[in-house]
This record gives sequence, structure tokens and C-alpha cells, in this order.
Amino acid sequence: MSSHTFVLNGTQVTVEADDNVRLLWVLRDLLGVTGPKYGCGLEVCKACTSHINGKAFNPCSVPVSQIKPTDEITTIEGLAATVGQDLHPMQQAWLDTDVAQCGYCQPGQIMTAVAKVKQAKADGRTLTDDDLDQIRNICRCGTYSRIRAAIKAGAQHM
Amino acid sequence: MAEQRRSPDSPSRRRFLGYLLAAPTLAIGVQLIDPQSADAAIPSPPQPEDLFDLGDLQNLAAAPTAGLISVQVNADGTASFAMHRAEVGQGMTTSVAMMIAEEMDLPLDKVIVTLADARPELLMNQLTGGSNSTRSIYLPVRTAAAIARQQLVAAAAKQWNVTPTTLSTANGMVSDPSGRTATYGSLTTAAASATTMQVSVPALKSPSQFTILGTPQNRIDAHDIVTGRKRFGMDLQVPGALPTMVARPPTINGTVVSVNNSAAVKAMPGVTDIAVLSHGVAVRAQTFGQCIDAIQALQVTWGAGTVDNQSDASVLAALKAAELPLIVPPLLAQTVDAEFTFAFASNSPLEPDNAIADVRAGSAEIWSSLKVPITAQEEIAAMLGLPQSAVKVHVVQGGGSFGRHLFHDVALEAAEASKKMGKPVKLSWSRTDDFRQGRTHPMCTSRVRANILLGNVVTYEQRHTSVQTDFSHGLGEMITATAASLPIAGNLSFAESIFELSQSSPYNFGVTTQLLNEVPLAFNTGSMRNIYSPNVVCAQELVVDQIANRMHLDPVVFRRQYLKNSRLLAVLNKAAQVGNWGAKLPAGIAQGVGVHAEYQAAIACLVEIDCTPATVNRQIPNAVTGPRVTKAVIVVDPGFAINPRGLEAQMIGGMNDAIALALTSSLHMQHGIPLEGSWDNYFYTRQWNTPLDMQVVIMPNTSTSPSGAGELAVAPSFAAIACAYARATGKLPTSFPINHGTLSFTPYPLEPSTPQSPTDGLVNTF
Repeated sequence: MSSHTFVLNGTQVTVEADDNVRLLWVLRDLLGVTGPKYGCGLEVCKACTSHINGKAFNPCSVPVSQIKPTDEITTIEGLAATVGQDLHPMQQAWLDTDVAQCGYCQPGQIMTAVAKVKQAKADGRTLTDDDLDQIRNICRCGTYSRIRAAIKAGAQHM
Repeated sequence: MAEQRRSPDSPSRRRFLGYLLAAPTLAIGVQLIDPQSADAAIPSPPQPEDLFDLGDLQNLAAAPTAGLISVQVNADGTASFAMHRAEVGQGMTTSVAMMIAEEMDLPLDKVIVTLADARPELLMNQLTGGSNSTRSIYLPVRTAAAIARQQLVAAAAKQWNVTPTTLSTANGMVSDPSGRTATYGSLTTAAASATTMQVSVPALKSPSQFTILGTPQNRIDAHDIVTGRKRFGMDLQVPGALPTMVARPPTINGTVVSVNNSAAVKAMPGVTDIAVLSHGVAVRAQTFGQCIDAIQALQVTWGAGTVDNQSDASVLAALKAAELPLIVPPLLAQTVDAEFTFAFASNSPLEPDNAIADVRAGSAEIWSSLKVPITAQEEIAAMLGLPQSAVKVHVVQGGGSFGRHLFHDVALEAAEASKKMGKPVKLSWSRTDDFRQGRTHPMCTSRVRANILLGNVVTYEQRHTSVQTDFSHGLGEMITATAASLPIAGNLSFAESIFELSQSSPYNFGVTTQLLNEVPLAFNTGSMRNIYSPNVVCAQELVVDQIANRMHLDPVVFRRQYLKNSRLLAVLNKAAQVGNWGAKLPAGIAQGVGVHAEYQAAIACLVEIDCTPATVNRQIPNAVTGPRVTKAVIVVDPGFAINPRGLEAQMIGGMNDAIALALTSSLHMQHGIPLEGSWDNYFYTRQWNTPLDMQVVIMPNTSTSPSGAGELAVAPSFAAIACAYARATGKLPTSFPINHGTLSFTPYPLEPSTPQSPTDGLVNTF
């Protein structure tokens, strides 16, 4: 066991865990932060998608020892605070479109969506359907068309 | 609304008894007294499904106990209802909240719907399945809410010393003509009763008076979902219930002969317990990650499973050998003969199967997403050697189901682990477990022969042959209990009964027979969304297109001539119009249609599929691309659409399921186990497969009763995609999904049964 310190949703946290434990389990099982979901643990389903220093990643595939004290981890629970609102524009777009069915994949979908929009903006271009085709997050309820509509709407307000 | 504007002709007045329940605040219970009044059947074609379908069977079985549900009015002005159904994404909690809000004149956000624990007294009325939930609780829940409103009005009338008919309700308040108001919260204690007593049953609102039912509403849990607050089974924290996973054998239902290094594994970081279970070795640890580590390290000698010698080819051979004969001889050039094969498919949702179990000396407590919680309670109690009443079963929110949660395999296993370890456990299957050891929609074949004589279709025979589907979650008991009431002749098996009650040809094809035969192989099977229909209807509609072609008729024109149901004709015509049927398309791109009637609904789907090389060969890393459905139009006549927005969501989901079943998703069975181990092996529809143009049209209501919707869209969508594919490629597809013949991934090893998680997550950020 060793101590690991990082910034989680704006607050510095320190947690005791073996180096090898993937960050997803540190968040869920040790810190009780359950917004990032377990869907495969294989970096495939993307249900755990969160942000590290503003970029999308899958904590199921990062040993906690790889996280530095200055790293800022944002989960769905901390997304709205990154824009100083009760809801991030992408969360609002998700509500306006009534995207969710069971909802299990949706935290990961929203975190992916925000990163995709930011990535396109950083490249100086608008999001295309080809960009959306590259999103790997599984929605087993099959809400894909509403996800696409919500991402386009949310991007307008980011 | 004003008290006197209620319709006196409401069916609820004749069908329910109302009770004021003993409680500190107002609590209303209702009981159904007229069990025979099922939903109106659509006009009388000859096959059983049309007269009396699976949902009617469930209504009938639910009837004697439907009454024990109750609505409570809380001091804060909210109303509570513990729903005796599972919520797994189908939107039941929202629909039920709408029913209560409507009849109580209460804002929707003041209705709190939770999930009821297992309630053995409800018997079969706690089964969530067959797209039946909305149909069977629509009247009882509304009636309970209407009684609650009536009692609140009565309480206000008494306080104000006026007659109730002078009062009206709106927005959670009672008011009188002078403008005096009282909130429901302020009246609920006065309206409560110290003893349980029968009360009169008021009329329900007529649909013309609805302000919430029939209007598009968002899910009531949407805000919790988008903020990460919604708690699924996997997110629950019960004191002491540490993460637990199971190392599993390399074949389905294999057993444990010996664990060869338990001391070493037990000494691993975080690991607290190891226990040998019926079908694996359970490891309990501080984190699920450490359970996965332990599974990598465990050295186990495994015993044989139940289907070790079975692979795709041997199963298919067994099915072919079991096919029932077609009776009508082929009439040479006038015959369309076809046979289709459908591969094993997985009904796994995204949330891996999980359950929390806390087994003590004389009692047990279980938390899991269960669609038949009473059966789970019975079987867990039997396994633990406890009376059923000593096992408390909580139904929790599920991250999808698609049939998986009809069974309680994971809850039973969690109880076994907790008992053997003597500690609470939170047991989760891994993703790989879900695909390899979880229940499947079994492989099946559908053989069809149609004979054409003098420009008319005179016979249609369909012989469906399937590896046995396990219905032991309770539907069997329901059929036994109600067998005498079913319009099916003879002594059919449970599966044959389900088949007969859910399948019917919608066409006037003369002598029509559709029969099921099952092969009893010991795979772990179960219902998947829409059970037999996706395969049966796909085969049927492909043959319909073949017949039309033989008769030189356009597929839509042909269907118009032969459909025997006016609601189906209406949705077909609408789909053809909205989807621009017959549009000129480039070579390799084609349209297809499929129609289906089930759950007392009618639905037509029209799709366009792009099979051009540029699309088929598009490159996305680790993806199955292939043909793409580029446009989908779904036209549904749901009887009465309770929540059009939720209904649309179910239609979209059904289409995406169908795309997977038709084109990309299947299990490859090899030497007793599926090769698939992740979502990049089992290719459920992804963004790169889904249509950019998805339209759902909801027809004007044709009934005052809702039909079933949760599974409705899968079968006709699958059929439309298959028909479009046949027209785009000029070849009749006979094996589904169409990519099943190509293994598009490298399988994970069979041992360890759960692969280790990657470590390169920071390399792949974006």
C-alpha cells in the first residue's frame, strides 16, 4: 500500500492503495465516486470515461501510480463545476434531448462528448458526422441518434 | 380539474375495489375484481396471438393480485409509489409517475416512484417482461391515484364544510370557487385513516381530459443520470459488502475440481476471502481490481461443463436434424422454399450482472436488478435452506436488461458466496463472464415454404427450430396456472405456448402454420428482447419479398394486397410515404420494409442500406464496419401512446438492436464456450453503424389502452434491414448476422477467465 495524491473534481485527495490498482477502482471502491461506470475494464466500452487535465481517458486502464499529485481528474460529478454552472451545457443538451434510457453509459458518453467538442475546437473546426462516427462508447439501449443530436446541440453552447 | 367533470363511464368503476389503508398519512390500495376483462383484441384473424397474446396471458395471471398496490400521499405534498416492476431503461418509472400525476392533478416532479422489494403475495404480478408492464398496471395505478385525489377532496370539503362537488384540484392543491386553497400535503393527515376500510372508486379521467398522459415527457431520472447521481446496483454501498468476482472454468457450466494455490492467492494484496462455488472460485477483496488480479493468479483444476463438445457447426446439425417436416408438397415453379440460420446472441446489458448479498445465520438480504424477484427469493431461500420469508430481496435500478434480468443467476451466486464466506459480498460478473457464461438467445433456424397457385398465395408454412429457451424464471408457472383459459389446443410445452401466443402471420396466405421445435442442449439460454419474433419475422418478411418478386409485385404493393390488419396497412402506408419508398437509389443502395403486429400494437419499418464497397470497406480501428443502414423510418401505432418521447426512445433502441442482429453481433460457440469476451468482440451497434437519418412516426391513437412497446421495434426493423440487404446485393441472405462467417477479432484466452485490465489509458487520451 502507498499513498496517492491527486486533484479530484477540484479537491485534493490522498488515498491509500496498491500502485497497480486501476484508478477506476480507486474512484469507485475506495473513494465512493460512482459516476464513472464499470462496463468492461478493458478500455473498450468507455463507460468509465472521465477527464485528466481536461482530456478524455479511461480510468479502468490507468494504474493509480501513474497519476501525479498535480493531475486534475474530473468525473461526471465534477463536470458542471468546470464551467461554474449547475449543469454543463452538454448535460443540459442531454436533458433537452432526453437522451438517456437506462442511463448507465451516459456519464461516459457526456464526458466523451465534451472532450470531442473541445478537440475539434482546438483544431479550429466544427464537429462532423465522421468525428461522431469515431466515438466508441457503447450504448446498449441504442440511443445513438439522440446522443448525436445532443452533442451537436451542446457544442453550440460550449 | 373540477370534481363533477369526471366521466361516469370509466372502466375502473366496474373493475376495482378501493381501500383506505391504515397509515399516518393518506394511503390508497386497489384490488382488481374483474379479471377476465383483458385489453380489446384486434379484429379476429385465425391465429392465437391475434386473439389473445402473451400480454393478455400476463394480464390474466396478474389479475387476482393486481389490487395490492398502493399510492401514498406524503406531508410534503409528494405522492409515493413503490412500483412492482423493474426499471432497466424502458421508462416504466416515468410512465407510472405520469399516470399518478394525471389522476391526482399533481405536478409530475412531485411523484416519487421507487422499486418494490420482492412481494410474494403478488405472485406473477411482479414479472417485468413481454412488454406487458404498462398494459397491466395502467388502470390499477390510475385508479389508486384517482381515489387518493378523491379522499383529499373529501378531506378539504370536510374542513371547509362544503360539498366535495363544489371543489376542484390542480397543481397539487384543492380549491373552492372563492379561491380558498389547501395543498395535498396539508390535507394528507386529515385524509388518512387509522383502520383499513373500503372506499368508493371514482371515475378515471377520459383521454380528452388528459394533460400529462399522452404528452411527451422526459425521464423522471434524467437529471440524476446526467449528473452521475443515479445509483445502479453496481453503485450501491452496503456496509461490509466488499467487491467479489469469480474465476470461471473454460467451458460453460464447468465445475471446480480443486484450487491449487489458495493460500498464495489469499495472501495477495487486498484479498480477504476465497470460496469455491458451484461454477467457479469466488474472490473477495478491497477493490474489484484486486479481484481481477487474484483471478490472474488462481490455479484451478476444472471439471467438465455441460456442452463441452458443442460448437456452432454441431449445434446447427442438431437443429437441422430436429426440424419438423413441411406438410404441403412443393408445387414446383410455384413454390418459394427458404431456410435461415440465426447465430447465438448475447442479451447482456452494459452494466455487468451484479448483486449484493448479506447472508446471516437465520436470514439473508439481497440487492439486485431482478425482473422476477419472487422466483429469485424462492430459489435463494431454497439454496440457503431458509424460509422464503427470511430472505429480503430488494429490486434495484438496472443498467439495461434485454431479457438478462429475467433470471437471477448472479443473485443466487452472490448468496452462495456470502454464505460460504460468512460475510456480505458485492459480487459482479466481469464483462467476459457476461458474454461467455451468461445467458444467450439460442441459435435457431427458420424454414419457410409458400405455395402460389393461380396468382394467389395458398399456403404458408414456417418451421422454427431452436436450442431450448429457458423460461424457468416463472412464465411457465403462469401458463400452468392459467392453462385452461388459453385459446390454444392440445398439450403444448411452455415454449410452444409462448411461441403460439407471440407469433402470427399478418398475411392472408391461405393455409398458414407456424410451429416451433426445440432441441434440449444444456446451454445457458433465456429470452432476449422480443424473444422469437426477430428471427421468425425476419424469415417471414424475406420470404414475402421473394413471393412478391415471383409474382412481379413491388414489396409494398404486395403487402398492401395481402395484409389482413388495417392498422398494419396504415403504418405500412405511412412508412412508405415518409420514407419515400421507391426512390431511385444508386447501385448497391436499396430500401427494405418489414411489418409486425404484437403486444396489441402495429408497426412498420423502412430502411435504406448502403452496401457499396466504399461504405462496406470503410476503416475504423478495431471496428466491424460493413454495410450501413443510412436511413430508418419507424411508424408505430401503439394504441394509446402514454409518453410519445419515451415510446420514440424504445423504437430507436429497437432499431439499433436490429442492426446488430442483422449485420454484426453474434456469439461464436466453440468447444463449449463463446469466443466473445468484450464489446470489441461482440459487435453491438456502435456510432459507426447507426443511421444518421432516424425518424420515428407515432400514429394518432387508435385505442384508449396502451400496447406493449419495449420490444416491439426489434423484429420489423431486423426484417426491413434483411430485406434491404437482399435487394441491395441481389442475394438472399440466409445466415444472420451476415458477418458471422468471419471472425473479426482475436479471442481472449479462456484462462484466466477474466483478462487483466490494460495499463495504457494515459497513452490514449483525447
